[in-house]
Amino acid sequence: MKKYSKLLSLLLAGALVVGSFAGCGGSDSSSDSSASKADSSSESGAADGEVFKIGGIGPTTGAAAIYGQAVKNAMELAVKEINEAGGINGYQIEMNYQDDEHDAEKSVNAYNTLKDWGMQALLGTVTSTPCIAVSTEAANDNMFLLTPSGSAVDCVAPENAFRVCFSDPNQGMASAQYIGENGLAEKVAVIYDSSDVYSSGIYEKFAEEAGNQPFEVVSAEAFTADNNKDFSTQLQKAKDAGADLVFLPIYYTEAALILGQADKMGYDTKFFGCDGLDGILTVENFDTALAEGVMLLTPFAADAEDEATQNFVSTYKENYGDIPNQFAADAYDGMYAIKAAFEDQDITPDMEASDICEAAKAGMTEITIQGLTGGEDGISWSADGEPNKSPKAVVIADGAYTAM
Amino acid sequence: MSFISYLINGISLGSVYAIIALGYTMVYGIAKMLNFAHGDVIMIGGYVVFLASSSMGMSPLLAVLLSVVVCTVLGVTIERIAYKPLREAPSLAVLITAIGVSYLLQNVALLLFGANPKSFTSVIPVPALTLANGALTITGETIVTIISGIVIMICLTTFIKKTKAGQAMLAVSEDKGAAQLMGINVNGTIALTFAIGSALAAIAGVLLCSSYPTLNPYTGSMPGIKAFVAAVFGGIGSIPGAMIGGILLGIIEILSKAYISSQLSDAIVFSVLIIVLLVKPTGIMGKKINEKV
Amino acid sequence: MKKTMSKTTKSNFITYGMVIVIYAIVQILTATGSLSSLFKGLLVPLCIYVILAVSLNLTVGILGELSLGHAGFMCIGAFVGSFFSKCMDGTMPDGLRFFLALVLGAAVAAVFGILIGIPVLRLRGDYLAIVTLAFGEIIKNIVNVLFVGRDAAGFHFSLKDTMSLNLAEGGEVIVKGPQGISGTPKDATFTIGVILILFTLIVVLNLINSRDGRAIMAIRDNRIAAESVGINITRYKLMAFSISAGLAGMAGVLYAHNLATLTALPKNFGYNMSITILVFVVLGGIGNIRGSIIAAVILTLLPELLRGLNDYRMLIYAIVLIVMMIVNWSPKAQAIMSRYTPKNLLNKKKSAKEVN
Repeated sequence: MKKYSKLLSLLLAGALVVGSFAGCGGSDSSSDSSASKADSSSESGAADGEVFKIGGIGPTTGAAAIYGQAVKNAMELAVKEINEAGGINGYQIEMNYQDDEHDAEKSVNAYNTLKDWGMQALLGTVTSTPCIAVSTEAANDNMFLLTPSGSAVDCVAPENAFRVCFSDPNQGMASAQYIGENGLAEKVAVIYDSSDVYSSGIYEKFAEEAGNQPFEVVSAEAFTADNNKDFSTQLQKAKDAGADLVFLPIYYTEAALILGQADKMGYDTKFFGCDGLDGILTVENFDTALAEGVMLLTPFAADAEDEATQNFVSTYKENYGDIPNQFAADAYDGMYAIKAAFEDQDITPDMEASDICEAAKAGMTEITIQGLTGGEDGISWSADGEPNKSPKAVVIADGAYTAM
Repeated sequence: MSFISYLINGISLGSVYAIIALGYTMVYGIAKMLNFAHGDVIMIGGYVVFLASSSMGMSPLLAVLLSVVVCTVLGVTIERIAYKPLREAPSLAVLITAIGVSYLLQNVALLLFGANPKSFTSVIPVPALTLANGALTITGETIVTIISGIVIMICLTTFIKKTKAGQAMLAVSEDKGAAQLMGINVNGTIALTFAIGSALAAIAGVLLCSSYPTLNPYTGSMPGIKAFVAAVFGGIGSIPGAMIGGILLGIIEILSKAYISSQLSDAIVFSVLIIVLLVKPTGIMGKKINEKV
Repeated sequence: MKKTMSKTTKSNFITYGMVIVIYAIVQILTATGSLSSLFKGLLVPLCIYVILAVSLNLTVGILGELSLGHAGFMCIGAFVGSFFSKCMDGTMPDGLRFFLALVLGAAVAAVFGILIGIPVLRLRGDYLAIVTLAFGEIIKNIVNVLFVGRDAAGFHFSLKDTMSLNLAEGGEVIVKGPQGISGTPKDATFTIGVILILFTLIVVLNLINSRDGRAIMAIRDNRIAAESVGINITRYKLMAFSISAGLAGMAGVLYAHNLATLTALPKNFGYNMSITILVFVVLGGIGNIRGSIIAAVILTLLPELLRGLNDYRMLIYAIVLIVMMIVNWSPKAQAIMSRYTPKNLLNKKKSAKEVN
C-alpha cells in the first residue's frame, strides 16, 4: 500500500510543479512583483505598449542575499525614477529581477528565465562567480550585460560585458599605492577571505604592488566563509608582527567583527579597507566608535553631502527601511548608465536584443555619467568593459565619513 | 606568551561550540535524531534577544528569558508537527525533514528580519579579566560561556540521573519499545527533550551572539555544523563529551590557524576529527555498544 | 525464482525506457522549438543531478551507509576534468578530449573513494556520515587554496597564492584558488548527459542484480550474518563506495563542462549540495533507483518553477520538502492516502483487507 501513497505523493508534487509552471506561463509579465510595479507606472507613459525589458540577477536568498537585495532595491528605485521622468527615449522600462542564490548554475537558470521573459539587456549579475558564467552565456546570445558589482577580472572578459564597480586588481593596486604614497604605514598586515573571489583578488594585487611601495607586508592571514566568526588569531599575529596598519579587503559584515575583537584585545592600530567596508556604519546597532579612524577607498559614501546621494539615500530608506550600501549605489548608477547608453544610440524597444547589444556597446564608450559613484569627474567606460572613475579615500571620524 | 593567548582564544571559541553541542547531543542521545535545525533555533533565539533588548528596550535578563520561552515553544512545535509523525520512519527520513525545517527557519528569518546583518549588543555585563600586565585578556563573554557550559552540564547530568523524568529519558534512549511497556510516556519524554534542547539553543544563541556580535539569518548554520562535529568528536550522546569536544575543537581550530595555515584551518580541523574517529570510532567519551546478533 | 528475476528485469527495462522516452520527447520538443530557454538550460543540470542521485543511492540504499560527502567526489571529478580539458584544449579532437576528461574525472574520484573508504568504512551510522561530511569540507577547503600554473618548465603548484607559483614569463595560471577554473569549454550536451545517465543505470542496476550486488545487500541487511557466511565485507563495501564515488566524479566533469566558471563555493560543493542529493535519494525511496531519478528531476525543477513566487520561493520549497517527507513516511498520512488509492476506490472491501 505504501507504494501507492508514494506514487500519489510524487504525483502531488508533480501536479504542484506543473501547476506552478502553468502559473508562470499564464501571468508572464506580472509574475514578478517588481515587474508589475514598474508595469503599473508604465501604463500611462507608453501608449503604444512598447517597453524596454531589462533584467536583473543576484542572490536574494542565501548567505549573499544582502548584496542581491540591495541591487534589486536600487534597481527598482532607478527604474521608477526613470519611468516617472519619461523613460528612455520616451519608452518605459519594465524590470524583472531573478534570484541566483550566489550559485553559477542557478544564475544561468535565472538568465534563461529572463530570456524567456523577453529580456533585452541585463543589469547583473551581482556576485563575481555567477557573473562569469552568465557573461559567457550572454556573449553567446550577444546580450548586453552591465554588472553593477561583479568585480573579478573575467566578469567582463566578453565584449558585451561592462561593469560599474572597480575590478579587484584595480582596487588592490590603488590601495597599495595610496598607503605607500601617503606614508600611512611601514608595516602592514592583511586579513582577507581566501574563499572569496573579491577579497583574494584584491589581496593578490595588493601583495604584488606592495613590493614597489615603501612599506612591508608583515603578515597576511586568511579566513574562510565557514570560519568567519573568530578573528582573534589573525589579529594576534598582526599585533605580534608589529603591524601599524591592518588592510581589510573584505566585506563589512566580517570587518565589524574584526573591529570589535581588536578593541576587546586592546589592539590599537589603523585599519584600511576597500569599497566592501562601506556600509559598516549602517549596520543596525553597530557601535560606530569602533570604526573611528578606519580609512577606506570607496566610490560611494552613504552620508556624502551632495544632493544626488542625499536624495538617493533618503528615498531608499523610505522605501526599504535600510541605508543603501555601495552595491545599491552601483546598481543605481548602472541603470542610469544603461539609460545614457541607450539614449546616446537612440535605441528603441522594437530592436532585437542582439542589435541593442551592438548599439549599447558603442554607446557605453561614448557616455560619461556623474552618478553616485562617479566622484568629481564622473564615470566613463573603455571598450574592454572597465569603468574609469576615481576612488575616494575617506576616513571615519565622529561616526561619519569624511574626505581625506 | 602568544601561545597562551592563542590557547585562551581557542578556549573561548570552543566554549561557544560546546554550549551549542550540549543541545545537539542531548536531542541526539534521547530522540536518536540529528536535529539539523538546531543551529537555526539558535539564530531565532539571537533575533528574539536582539529585538527585545534593542528595539523594545527590555532588560537583558528579561530578553534572555523571553528568548528561552520562544525557543522552547518553537522547538516543541517543530517536534510536534514535523518530527512526531515520523517516529516510526527510518532515521534518514527524519534527517531530511530536519533539513527542511532548517531551510524553513532560515527563509522565515530572511523574510521577517531581512538579509542585512544586525549588530548584537552583548548582554553580558561581566568585565574582561586582564592577566600578566595586560598581555593576556579573557573576555567576560568567555568567562560566562564557560561557567554556563559547566553549570548546564552538571544540571543536565543531575537531571538525567536523579529525576524521574530524566530516568524516563534514559529509558527511552535505550529502548523505546521497552520503555513504553514500562509505562513511560515516550512521546511526552521526547517532547520534553526537545523543550530542554531548544531552551539550551536559546541560551547558546545569546552566548554565541554576545561573543561574535553579528546576526543574520544564516548565523546559526555554520556554528551548528561545527557544534555537531564537536558533539561527534566528544562522543555523541555524551553530555560531558559535548563539552570536551567543543572546547577541543575550538583549541584545534585556533592553534592550526596560528601555527599551520589560516587558509587551511577548516581542512585541518576536519582531518583531526577523522583521525580521532579512526582511532576511537565512538568519539572521546562515547560508549562502545556491543552488537547483538 | 525465475518469476522474480523477470520481474526485476522488467522493472529495469521500465527505468531505461522511461529515460529514453523522456529523451525522445525532449528532442521532439526542441526540434519543434516549443521548449523555453530556461528548460533548455536545465536539461544538462537535470542529467547531472540524476546521475548524482542514482550514484548516491548505491551508497545509501544498496550499501546502506549514510554518506554526506558526495559533493566532495563530484568536486574532485569536476576539477580534474576541467583541469584536463583546459590543459589539453586544442591538442586533440574535442570529443576525444571530453571523453578522456570524463574517464579521468571518474577514475580519480573513484581512487579517492577507495582511499577514503579503506579507513572510513570501519565506522558506522552517524559516525560515517560525519566523516564523509568532513571529507567533503576538506576537499572544498583545499580546492579553494589550490593554485596551479603552467609555463615552459611544466606545472607549478602552490597552496598560497599566484605569486608563489613563480611562473616564468608567458606562464598561465590554470587553477586560481577561490576563483577556480574559468573558461572550461562548454562540451556538455543533453545527449551526452542522457548517455551518461544510461551508463550510470547500466552500471548500478547490473551491480544490484549481480552476485556482488546481492553480497552488498546482504551486508546492508545484516552485516554480522553476511560476515558469518564468508562475505568479504571490506571488499564489497569498497566496491560499492568507489563505484558510487566514480559516478559522482563523472557527474562533476559534466558539471564543469556546462558552466564557464568552476569554483568550490559552499553552495555547489559544500555539505549543502551533498544534502540536496541525499534529499533526492530519500524522497525517491531509499534503494529505489527509478524513484531517485523522478525525485531528482522534480526537486531540481521545483525551485526554478517557483520563481514566480519571488521572495517566497525558497520558503515554499522548504515547506514542500517537509510535507512530502511527512506524506511519504508518516503512518497516519499513509493510512489516509491508502484509503484513496485508485484500487481502493474501485474495490473497497478488498483493499481494506490489504491495509490490514
